[in-house]
Amino acid sequence: MSTGTETTGTQAEVPQKEFGRARPRKEDARLVTGQTTWTDNLILPGMLHIAYVRSPYAHARITSVDVSAARSMPGVIAAFSGADFSGEQGSLPCAWPVTPDIVIPAHPPMATEEVRYVGEAVACVVARDRYMAADAVSAVDVNYEPLAPVLDIRTALDDGAPKVHEAGNKSFEWVFQNGDLDEAFRDAPVVIERNYRQQRLIPSAMEPRAVVCSCVGGEFTLWSSTQIPHVLRVMLALVTGVPEQNIRVIAPDVGGGFGSKLQVTAEEVLAMLIARRLGRPVKWTESRSEGNLTVHHGRDQWQRIRVAAERDGRLRGLSVDLLADMGAYLMLVTPGVPLLGAFMFNSIYKMDAYSFRCTGVFTTKMPTDAYRGAGRPEATFGIERTMDELANELGLDPLEVRQRNWITHEEFPYTTISGLTYDSGNYEAATARARELFGYDQLRQEQAARRASGDPVQLGIGISTFTEMCGLAPSRVLGSLAYGAGGWENASVRMLPTGKVEVVTGSSAHGQGHETAWSQIVADKLGVPFEDIRVLHGDTQVSPKGMDTYGSRSLTVGGVAVLSACDKVIAKAKVIASALLEAPPEEVEFEAGTFRARGGGAAAKTIQEIALATFAAHDLPDGVEPSLDSDATYDPDNFSFPHGTHLCATEIDTETGMVTIRSYVAVDDVGTVVNPLIVDGQVHGGLAQGIAQALYEEAVYDDDGNLLTTTMADYLLPSAADLPHFTTDRTQTPATTNPMGVKGVGEAGTIASTPAVVNAIIDALRQFGVRDVPMPCTPERVWRAIQAGRDSGTQAQGTQPQGTQPRGTQPRGGGAR
Amino acid sequence: MIPVKFDYARPGSLDEAVRALADGGEDAKVIAGGQSLLPLLRLRLAYPDLLVDVGRLDELRGVRDEGTTLWIGALTTHDQVLRDPLIVEHCGLLAEAAVTVADPAVRHRGTLGGSLSHADPAADLPAVVAALDATITARGPAGEREIAAADFFVDYLTTSLEPGEILTGVRVPKLGSGWGFRYEKFHRTAQAWAIVGVAALARRSNGQTNMGPVPVRARAAEQAAAGVEANLAALLSAAAHADAEARPPSDLHGAPDYRRHLARVLTGRALAAASRV
Repeated sequence: MSTGTETTGTQAEVPQKEFGRARPRKEDARLVTGQTTWTDNLILPGMLHIAYVRSPYAHARITSVDVSAARSMPGVIAAFSGADFSGEQGSLPCAWPVTPDIVIPAHPPMATEEVRYVGEAVACVVARDRYMAADAVSAVDVNYEPLAPVLDIRTALDDGAPKVHEAGNKSFEWVFQNGDLDEAFRDAPVVIERNYRQQRLIPSAMEPRAVVCSCVGGEFTLWSSTQIPHVLRVMLALVTGVPEQNIRVIAPDVGGGFGSKLQVTAEEVLAMLIARRLGRPVKWTESRSEGNLTVHHGRDQWQRIRVAAERDGRLRGLSVDLLADMGAYLMLVTPGVPLLGAFMFNSIYKMDAYSFRCTGVFTTKMPTDAYRGAGRPEATFGIERTMDELANELGLDPLEVRQRNWITHEEFPYTTISGLTYDSGNYEAATARARELFGYDQLRQEQAARRASGDPVQLGIGISTFTEMCGLAPSRVLGSLAYGAGGWENASVRMLPTGKVEVVTGSSAHGQGHETAWSQIVADKLGVPFEDIRVLHGDTQVSPKGMDTYGSRSLTVGGVAVLSACDKVIAKAKVIASALLEAPPEEVEFEAGTFRARGGGAAAKTIQEIALATFAAHDLPDGVEPSLDSDATYDPDNFSFPHGTHLCATEIDTETGMVTIRSYVAVDDVGTVVNPLIVDGQVHGGLAQGIAQALYEEAVYDDDGNLLTTTMADYLLPSAADLPHFTTDRTQTPATTNPMGVKGVGEAGTIASTPAVVNAIIDALRQFGVRDVPMPCTPERVWRAIQAGRDSGTQAQGTQPQGTQPRGTQPRGGGAR
Repeated sequence: MIPVKFDYARPGSLDEAVRALADGGEDAKVIAGGQSLLPLLRLRLAYPDLLVDVGRLDELRGVRDEGTTLWIGALTTHDQVLRDPLIVEHCGLLAEAAVTVADPAVRHRGTLGGSLSHADPAADLPAVVAALDATITARGPAGEREIAAADFFVDYLTTSLEPGEILTGVRVPKLGSGWGFRYEKFHRTAQAWAIVGVAALARRSNGQTNMGPVPVRARAAEQAAAGVEANLAALLSAAAHADAEARPPSDLHGAPDYRRHLARVLTGRALAAASRV
């Protein structure tokens, strides 16, 4: 698929043999054969199984919980209500109090007085096996006094609206402004305003969440299918009061997360409390339906975007006003997610003024939090949809409008209106390449011909020229945004006596391929074979220090930490090599794994020989410790800014509303590439997820606050059969802010693709008077938009079939085939 | 899968199976490929006391050429249906519809008999069987019985099988070589259920998936199409009646008016394809 062509830029400084090589991933054999140990595979002696009793109400006062009948069920060892944990369960943490006056409601892991979303845990049973536990759930008697649900953030702040929490439904209001917005809009030749909906999404990792916990002598070991073993350990200590040194967290192989496992969950905290209470190890694994209810959800915003521009399309000012659905509580980074978009709405464009306001609103729904892209897909959607609207308003080609506004490659480094300094980029090159691969001009001709002939299948072309901020994050910046932790990463490199290498990373992989990429980095840096390197991660006892994996940060932060640790190993080895080579250290050179004295003839020592000599420690110089092992903690100076141009062609059956993606071209610039196979995989998966937001996925609550999309029959995910052939390519403009020139690729496809698809749909339908179709652009919504557009004649009416959607659905068991 | 506890029987003969099912009473259920039942068990939407596994009964296997009809054993998997030379030759509509069922894994486990017995109105094959005027064969404590497809589907997830009866096979009339056919399935993703499906046998019969609690025979459209010229305008005009008998459901994937519209569009397309227009 990818030709991997380098059309711009220069190679980074380490162009050695492993770097840039399409290595198949070394971890895949154990992952894809299922031979590895997933959390749910763990069986500990005496282990018990937890099943949760969950609220059937979106909002209710709990009047009584009676677990006595459940306790007497066969195989049941214990049953608890929230009251049983009062005094020890604490409150689930929010690490991102984005404003000084933010409202952060108490969030007990198990509800005690009130439930605020369907699925909130109110009791649990603990039994000898999972079947007995599930059977006993129905024997728990809970009485509720229903309260009014709060389901729409657009009305939740109205006077007299029912309250989710005593303090009201507003959590925070966060504002940013730069430049004179009034001036930008005053007398602006063109002003347009659009309202867009980011629907609520449910992250669907292949491996459901699972937790196992044992407590022996006051020391806890907690296995969890988590992205963040290190953060989790700190947070569990803070929530439960168990001393941090007595908690070991293990993230064994983890089958995907997409942000949903960047969390401190009720089930993790309760597993600790129950294991301690019973003195027995416990396990909880969610079912897919339980997961759809209770894994944190993603996105869910209403966006109001206003833009002022000159007649030639140049932007003067941009104003963004967001309502963001927090759900019922603030979880680990809930309030910060929409704010990650604050710096990205201006995207790759230059302008004189920008203002951003986000209001976080509580509802009686599952809390939202990070989901692949976290804030940046929302921003990219908003601005890229608006740029198309602006082009249409001005009668210009949408690529032309972008080109008139983007930062040109000579202008880097460039400080944007939102205050970030983009170090590098070449939007012209990526766009030119995408345009060529796509056959842009030919498709425009075909589009015109189909319009002229009134073809029932119309063609649309969608554009997304995007950038994103990756490599979360410079700790100082996080501090200025009131985030509760730093953004560094740690790595250590251990030289074993036999010359093999163990690399310990704080980046906790959950499917990304760290073991392969890190091995490639180390192989080149130390000059050791790829196969001789083992990468260890995900256990706080093995890798004691880390900030874990999210926000496309692993390579740009964790990878650089690995590189730095290698530098330290080489520096230590050089001292020893110099003694063995009998040459002063400043005359010893290291290349491709071998130390040589400058002008010293054939005398040489490999790093493996130095490792053995260090182990023996017989002939070390005075004062030199017998160890090459080194660790490094890297805190980035800046974010990295991957970018790219994605072009999508859709065919729309105007008789049924069915949208088919005919072709998709993604030209990404992720800087220097360590492993093109991994990069392509990330892009492909990201595209699938972004396209899924455009066409398929939506978490739907009914008017009582019941989640209707609890199975995969109702929450639609595309498979390979539903996706087009992706044409991927790259330009390579290395980042200048890290020594490898890398930028991050985990979220790029997701961020870029959603607006590309929707822009293509609107491009096909604008002729019918359609200005928007709410996501997901289901066949029914597209068809209705066409009807509404035609009915309203040639007026450009926005169509919002939202609310006309049928709400009732029969529970489908994924049943008959 | 964490179902409610159940007993399990795997009889070696059809007689034994009928007896086991009869003894199990109301709370006994037949399981074959399990592609309908297991998800319901998993969600605890079904909680039978006894599962009678008919998966090893040779009496329910095979495809027989009976002259003017084919008999297709209940245990024939969807994958076998779509590949079987007799079915492909004499009953291509069924094979064409079977291709669209779910995904390869489901097609290799799921059976024709299971799909019909489960009677999900969103399933593809009931409408096809209805359009073909097929006959269901069943065996119960009272012996063998044949049930016309039109009488077999009673309501949502409900058939006219009596307690203790097991669907043994389907008897379908062979289509002469002149009959054109088409199954038009409209669904959002490859693995998703039909929002609407239309099974058309050129200008003769029209069965619809998910347009009511049972497979719908679009009689008005059939009458309108009968004997008309095989040209697009005539067929589309017949297709305009396609939703006359429908009682379409409402769910996340489509409101009734949209389904009615789809039924008309898909019927037009199916008729055109079946009539090779």
